Amino acid sequence: MIALIGLITLTLVAVAAIATVMATNLFVASMWFGIFSLLMASNFFILDAADVALTEAAVGAGVSTVLFMGALALTGEKEAIRSRVSWFPMAVLGVLALALFVATFQQPMLGDPMAPVHQHVAPWYLEQTPHLINIPNVVTAILASFRGYDTLGEVIVIFTAGIGVLSVLSFKPKRRQTISSEALAAKVRGVQHHSILRVVGKLVIPLLMLFALVVQFHGKYTPGGGFSAGALFAAAVMLYGILEGADRSAKAMPEKVMLRLAAFGATLYTSVGLVCMLLGGAFLDYNVLWPDPVVGQYFGILLVEFGVGLTVATVLVMIFNAFANRPTY
Amino acid sequence: MMDIFVDGLSWLLLAGGGFFVLVGGVGVIRMPDLYTRIHAASVTETLGTMLILVGLMLHSGWDLSTFKLLAILVFLLFTGPVSSYALGNTALLGGLKPELDSQDPSKEGRDL
Repeated sequence: MIALIGLITLTLVAVAAIATVMATNLFVASMWFGIFSLLMASNFFILDAADVALTEAAVGAGVSTVLFMGALALTGEKEAIRSRVSWFPMAVLGVLALALFVATFQQPMLGDPMAPVHQHVAPWYLEQTPHLINIPNVVTAILASFRGYDTLGEVIVIFTAGIGVLSVLSFKPKRRQTISSEALAAKVRGVQHHSILRVVGKLVIPLLMLFALVVQFHGKYTPGGGFSAGALFAAAVMLYGILEGADRSAKAMPEKVMLRLAAFGATLYTSVGLVCMLLGGAFLDYNVLWPDPVVGQYFGILLVEFGVGLTVATVLVMIFNAFANRPTY
Repeated sequence: MMDIFVDGLSWLLLAGGGFFVLVGGVGVIRMPDLYTRIHAASVTETLGTMLILVGLMLHSGWDLSTFKLLAILVFLLFTGPVSSYALGNTALLGGLKPELDSQDPSKEGRDL
């Protein structure tokens, strides 16, 4: 039965992907892309990857759709029509697709216990997590402790991406602005004429923030962690920006503060590792943080996850504010 | 006896929810314009999911999952109709006219 549902969602994923590519209206394409992400999230959930599903639903279906909308507001929603078919990229794609198609036949079956992925380090993680870290959610243990270096790299990548987007968007051409961001925001001011949307949206925003905090600090026991919590928190701020006007969300979450908090999150992660070194352990070896290594792991994971959540949330909020408040030229 | 009653009621609700979801899906395909389609979809969204969630609540018994399902139900009851409203209102403001009986579809065209 679950295989049947998986088959249906995967087929719908393929349909959504083709529809995304075929759509010439970019607004429609980004909507299809949101549907694609939501279907992928349900597919991850079928595969029992609840943490990934949560993040995919929050980032793919929620945050990135809003960011696409923000980008489309700056560019326009019609795709540039190309009359000439370029054969070389088509040929490369065809060969790649064929290679991938052939490779799928070499893959082990889904859920095969003899598959390499289940023989490598995964059994060790599953066996040792109760002794070494003693938290029920093994994904959090792997993400924040066993593979803490990788996660640190991811946080740095997100921080760098945020800086990159900000520096691109803060570029000011020589031409005069046709409409300044303040004038535009005062003119539009979100969806202020929709009382129903605003009232219900304001009911949802605090719940969303509360849920983000639960996902952040309860991630050791239930699916979740810094990445999904950060995305959820940013989604709450974006909802506020959509409802009440982006200039107000930028005022509530000023860029200067966000930038410092994003840097602080990444620094917190790194400094936990450095403190571990000062206390005589290896970089990000939380065992030395407390006399009892299990408690040390607990605090280490808590701090590191907080750093991840802080960076992800603030970077996403910054990107949204920068997109939504950019003046038109 | 009580168990059989609760079980039967739960299956009845689940089947009813499934029926309304199906009706909503047929409606989205068969209805002539956006507004009637939204109407069909919102039947799915509220009645269908409500019946399914209540059925699941009865099915799960009295524990934490009941409250989780209740929270999902309340959330959907708040957001579902609002999103339907937002879609319909935006379409109207964007200039999409509903297809009315008095109009001649051959003259006016479908997507005005």
